[in-house]
Amino acid sequence: MAPRRTPLYDAHVRLGGKMVEFAGWELPVQYEGVIAEHKAVREAAGLFDVSHMGEIVFEGPGALEACNELVTNDLNRIADGQAIYAGLLNEAGGFVDDVICYRFSPEKILVCVNASNAEKDFAWMKARAKPGPDVRDESADWAQLAIQGPKAVGILQKLAKTDLSAIAFFHFAEVELDGKGVIAARTGYTGEDGFEIFCRPTDAEALWEAILAAGKPEGLVPCGLGARDSLRLEAKLALYGNDIDDEHTPLEAGLGWIVKFDKPSFVGKAALEKQKAEGPKRKLVGFTLTERGIPRHGYPVLADGAQVGVVTSGTMSPTLGIPIGLAYVPTELASEGSSFAVEIRGKPVAAQVVKTPFYKRK
Amino acid sequence: MAELSYPEDLRYTEDHEWARKEGDVLVVGITSFAQSQLGDVVYVDLPDVGKEVKAGSDFGVVESTKAVSELLSPVDGTVTERNTPLIDAPETVNEDPYGKGWMIKVKPADPGAFDKLMDAKAYAEFVSKQG
Repeated sequence: MAPRRTPLYDAHVRLGGKMVEFAGWELPVQYEGVIAEHKAVREAAGLFDVSHMGEIVFEGPGALEACNELVTNDLNRIADGQAIYAGLLNEAGGFVDDVICYRFSPEKILVCVNASNAEKDFAWMKARAKPGPDVRDESADWAQLAIQGPKAVGILQKLAKTDLSAIAFFHFAEVELDGKGVIAARTGYTGEDGFEIFCRPTDAEALWEAILAAGKPEGLVPCGLGARDSLRLEAKLALYGNDIDDEHTPLEAGLGWIVKFDKPSFVGKAALEKQKAEGPKRKLVGFTLTERGIPRHGYPVLADGAQVGVVTSGTMSPTLGIPIGLAYVPTELASEGSSFAVEIRGKPVAAQVVKTPFYKRK
Repeated sequence: MAELSYPEDLRYTEDHEWARKEGDVLVVGITSFAQSQLGDVVYVDLPDVGKEVKAGSDFGVVESTKAVSELLSPVDGTVTERNTPLIDAPETVNEDPYGKGWMIKVKPADPGAFDKLMDAKAYAEFVSKQG
């Protein structure tokens, strides 16, 4: 199957984006270079095309209740205009996906899902949702831009009449940007301040150009998937398919905070209660290498010469200048300061568990 | 990053390494095309002096932010020197792939091996077919 193109494909090619296939989509991995783009986001701002993300909408009486029974977090704990990060789990407690739920009202919830999982998630939700509300896949109806970095809000404000700074972290509002109706959400995947903007596909290119122009004097640059990956890893934000998947639970992934056990029910609850009582046997930890090397997804984790775990993500941190990674390790090796080895091209390289996130904005 | 160019005095391989004649040894590195495909180089592993290398076999590793690539020797021979400063400044490979970004020096087993490699014109043609 040929990869799909976002409404910004032509804009990426014009900007010299190096196009690659990702999750069934043709997207830029970089423009000028991963490290320059990464640093621009940490120091100024970057603009990302995240139109590949999926959007599933629950609408009608009972929408909140129907969605709430499918996710680990609790939509009753947030107000209208607020968003929450949540897990969509299978009966064994493993991740079907990790999602952000946007609560417009108790009768309308938008769930933003990973591109690679959009079709699976929709079928899965359709099959399990309580009858009543309409559950529809709106993925084709939305493009998404992410503007991230310390200067992101100020740049975006140039295009808006409403006060965007009034939208708090993990809140959102329907606003006009450059004369176009959008949903502006104060969320992101970089560890920086900023917005994710849901817009109509037909408005995406004009908005992209307007944001680039407004941001240029402030140092904003277009950013590709490469920088998105290194930024999210420094902030220890999980990547589905790497750090979390259907075989790993939120408790193992260090995401216990997105599981609300006091909810009457949600898919996977019984399995997680059992795991919580027994204590998870493995945990996702952040580590650095204390010898030369770069950890990568899939490298074995060794203790006393035997494989005891696996690296799920790794890179040379552009901000910190050290190799960083995430790995599932046995719980007894999961505390800060614990050491193990990562096997790189057949050789053990010393690693140590460190505090995460690796990078936290001031 | 360096612009794409293929100096006339060098010879090239289909694995995107280059070799330059320097007395009876060959200086070896990766081409400007290779570094542009890799992206930001963040890690380089080079062999010890004295190591025997084989044409087409790996003598080291170069890693960018996203990918790991093996370095493949253009010729059979023995490593006589390695570019140690690259270990602390791997970005030099992007900035100056044919100069300060060289990787190793090799004494070729066959003194005629250099002349059997692709010249700049043939390599440029090969790269143009890589899409």
